[in-house]
Amino acid sequence: MGNKQTIFTPEQLDAYQDCTFFTRKEILRLFYRYRDLAPQLVPLDYTDKPDVTLPYELIGSMPELKDNPFRQRIAEVFSEDGGGNMTLDDFLDMFSVLSEMAPRDLKAYYAFKIYDFNNDDYICKSDLEKTVNKLTRNELTPEEVSLVCEKVIYEADADNDGKLSLEDFQRMIIRAPDFLSTFHIRI
Amino acid sequence: EDESKEEDSCSEQNRASRRKNYERNNSDGKKVGEKGIQPRETGKKAPTKDQKESANKVKKTNKKGKGGENKQKTDRKNSTSSASSNSSDEESLSEEELAMLMEQVEQKKKLISTMRNKPWRMVKKLSVLREAQAFVEKFEGALGKGKGKKLYAYKMMMAKKWVKFKRDFDNFKTQCIPWEMKIKEVESHFGSSVASYFIFLRWMYGVNLVLFGLIFGLVIIPEVLMGMPYGSMPRKTVPRAEQATAMDFSVLWDFEGYIKYSALFYGYYNNQRTIGWLKYRLPMAYFMVGISVFGYSLMVVIRSMARNANESTADGDDENFIFSWKMFTSWDYLIGNPETADNKFASITTSFKESIVDEQESNKDENIHLRRFLRVLANVLIICCLCGSGYLIYFVVKRSQTFSKMQNVGWYERNEVEIVMSLLGMFCPPLFETIAALENYHPRIGLKWQLGRIFALFLGNLYTFLLALMDDVKEKLAEEDVVRNITHWTLLGHHNSSMGNGSTAAPPLLDPADVPRGPCWETTVGIEFVRLTVSDILVTYITILVGDFIRACFVRFVNYCWCWDLEAGFPSYAEFDISGNVLGLVFNQGMIWMGSFYAPGLVGINVLRLLTSMYFQCWAVMSSNVPHERVFKASKSNNFYMGLLLLILFLSLLPVAYTIMSLPPSFDCGPFSGKKRMYEVIQETIELDFPLFVAKIFSYVANPGLIIPAILLMVAHVTKVSYKNSMRKIPIKLKMTGHPSTCLELLTHFNLQRITVTHAE
Repeated sequence: MGNKQTIFTPEQLDAYQDCTFFTRKEILRLFYRYRDLAPQLVPLDYTDKPDVTLPYELIGSMPELKDNPFRQRIAEVFSEDGGGNMTLDDFLDMFSVLSEMAPRDLKAYYAFKIYDFNNDDYICKSDLEKTVNKLTRNELTPEEVSLVCEKVIYEADADNDGKLSLEDFQRMIIRAPDFLSTFHIRI
Repeated sequence: EDESKEEDSCSEQNRASRRKNYERNNSDGKKVGEKGIQPRETGKKAPTKDQKESANKVKKTNKKGKGGENKQKTDRKNSTSSASSNSSDEESLSEEELAMLMEQVEQKKKLISTMRNKPWRMVKKLSVLREAQAFVEKFEGALGKGKGKKLYAYKMMMAKKWVKFKRDFDNFKTQCIPWEMKIKEVESHFGSSVASYFIFLRWMYGVNLVLFGLIFGLVIIPEVLMGMPYGSMPRKTVPRAEQATAMDFSVLWDFEGYIKYSALFYGYYNNQRTIGWLKYRLPMAYFMVGISVFGYSLMVVIRSMARNANESTADGDDENFIFSWKMFTSWDYLIGNPETADNKFASITTSFKESIVDEQESNKDENIHLRRFLRVLANVLIICCLCGSGYLIYFVVKRSQTFSKMQNVGWYERNEVEIVMSLLGMFCPPLFETIAALENYHPRIGLKWQLGRIFALFLGNLYTFLLALMDDVKEKLAEEDVVRNITHWTLLGHHNSSMGNGSTAAPPLLDPADVPRGPCWETTVGIEFVRLTVSDILVTYITILVGDFIRACFVRFVNYCWCWDLEAGFPSYAEFDISGNVLGLVFNQGMIWMGSFYAPGLVGINVLRLLTSMYFQCWAVMSSNVPHERVFKASKSNNFYMGLLLLILFLSLLPVAYTIMSLPPSFDCGPFSGKKRMYEVIQETIELDFPLFVAKIFSYVANPGLIIPAILLMVAHVTKVSYKNSMRKIPIKLKMTGHPSTCLELLTHFNLQRITVTHAE
């Protein structure tokens, strides 16, 4: 049905379907969403894999992301250059991981990277402080912030190095009842 | 020359990817520990990039990805298969090589099917996918040729076609799912918990649609198309006495008059064993459809519960990770609206502050005795309320029976039962909440208690209603004996008198409208359920209209000229009551299951109701509700509601099964009229339609001595399966006791298993 589209070759579409949790129609819909951000930059023909990157400002202005306090980190984690400027592949990857069908441990892996602000593969106290301040928009006093961060490290740090490694984070988040339903963007 | 170079690089890739695969299998436990940021890759230079990648992976050696040196690093199995990969000569493959090659192909296929679960960048995934597909393509072809391998090639081709078909079917299925954008809108404004109600509603709509299809296609349509038309038989005609008022709206609203004698209710169906040129066995079909309604619902609910159980975790009330979970799972990524976001920030801040205060006060001493006393008091009060409401319903139903015998009953007397039940359902839950303020529980626990109490209330009301209805049925059965005699003698008398006129022609039959009728208790029961459902629908819609919309209009417009701030204080805007709505939906479905055997049209009414509910409630939520201030989702709430649904399914099966097994069907209406018990239709069909030996087998199988062990065996099997499922969750619990390395292995092994299982499906 409807094999008239000329944006992707059939092999490309099949490959995308294998690499993401999306169906053919959803992938095309996502492409149009990506293109709508900057119609003059994104060509309608992706069969020769053009090298197009959209700047972070456009990505961060999407309705699904604009109210999210972590949108900058999300874009940075999924972008190739680490600066939030995304190609179509990064875009598809991002929404695939954040979709309903992605399994828990895949989401946990990327959640860890999102909350690791300084990209040192550990969530240390400063990362936690930044997270809390983003969540409460700086409404907590510094003592309260400090208390919260200490409590989190106390609860989740199993190897006692004062920061959360990926294993610590995964062990903690896998048991959370709300993780799958909150770490989800519908598009 | 070019070709051989390409083949060389191709085979290098294959060897490199095979080695990668091998290493990957070995180091799976550490797979997720890779550095996230991959080297920059574009899609154009695939072969050389892959070699660079494989070199990056093999950190032990200093060799760059050169063809010849790769050969030395690979292990023994590659040396033999490299020979075979370079040659297109199939006869050189020995059995052992073949098996190894097949294993590698299988590994590649597994990799392809789990590609979307890998935490790699898209570009890397695409290139690995391409490689793996090329490998599979090449070697499947090789494996497929040669003697005796035609079957293998055919199997592979069918497997490929099957994968393609499944993919197209999945694409088609996702397109068919309705209301996706509507739910997304609700989600972005209200968060995932409110949207979960609408997702549940949509699921219910799907189930009801299937049930409607079953009943409509297999019972209603055959009777309407192939059975006797309206007016040809006593059971299908409005009695003479009622014909004058049969079209009045008030009569139709009570589901009497023409509606009572239509295909909507049990009484319309004829008990002819086969109808039409198809020889369609309608009574048998009616019985089997009734059973399969329950069977299908059971299957669908259990499947949904199993799916949810896979996702949910062992223990949501865990006290060990309060702050961590607050930090990492409180922001709802679905929010796409600035007001909702503001709300969410505020509620997160409040939640953190409360937890901090709780933490600091956790050592304070409580007055345990006072708290216990208050809790006992609250429970006593609530039990009194429940008993009171049960008695009220019983009293009202009994009164309605005396009303039905009187003439000139007003509108209120006719509808008293439904009104009382709806009012109780509306006012008791807030009453319970007020009393529960005495108990001073943690909100999450308090919510569970509240849900449990509302559940007990609805259940008690429903069963009291049923008991009263049973009394009514028994009375009708007694009456029926009398009427049966009257009908018999009337027909005989009419026959004799028409014969006495001396004509030899066949006597004119008595007009169907004039034949004296039995009370037909099944139709009465069906009518009661339909009326209850309709009044429930009306009450729900009116409550939403008044309680949410009118309230919102009032608050918005009268606020300008009111003494206090209506928006901040009382009454303010309503919050969407998730648990109340979900429970309402669950109980509504229970009533449908109970009533559908006696009123086949009831499921159709329910489908309409769910359809309009979706649009109406979406509109109401978007226009008159505000997001919740505090979000306390009952943990594992999806499975909790599914569990409730399962319970209701069993509870609604009981009355239907009881009436089928132990009450005699009416003598002059319905598809089972004339039989002593409804289930006799099965015996009749087996005796008359199946060959003799089937009847004998059935009589042996129907022995209780065989059925009871079979049931016990099923129970044992179900227990074993659920025990196995709970054993799989133990690795998670083990984590808590330390020893991170073994637990991590168990965890990743468990997760890998789960991923492959879910994608193998």
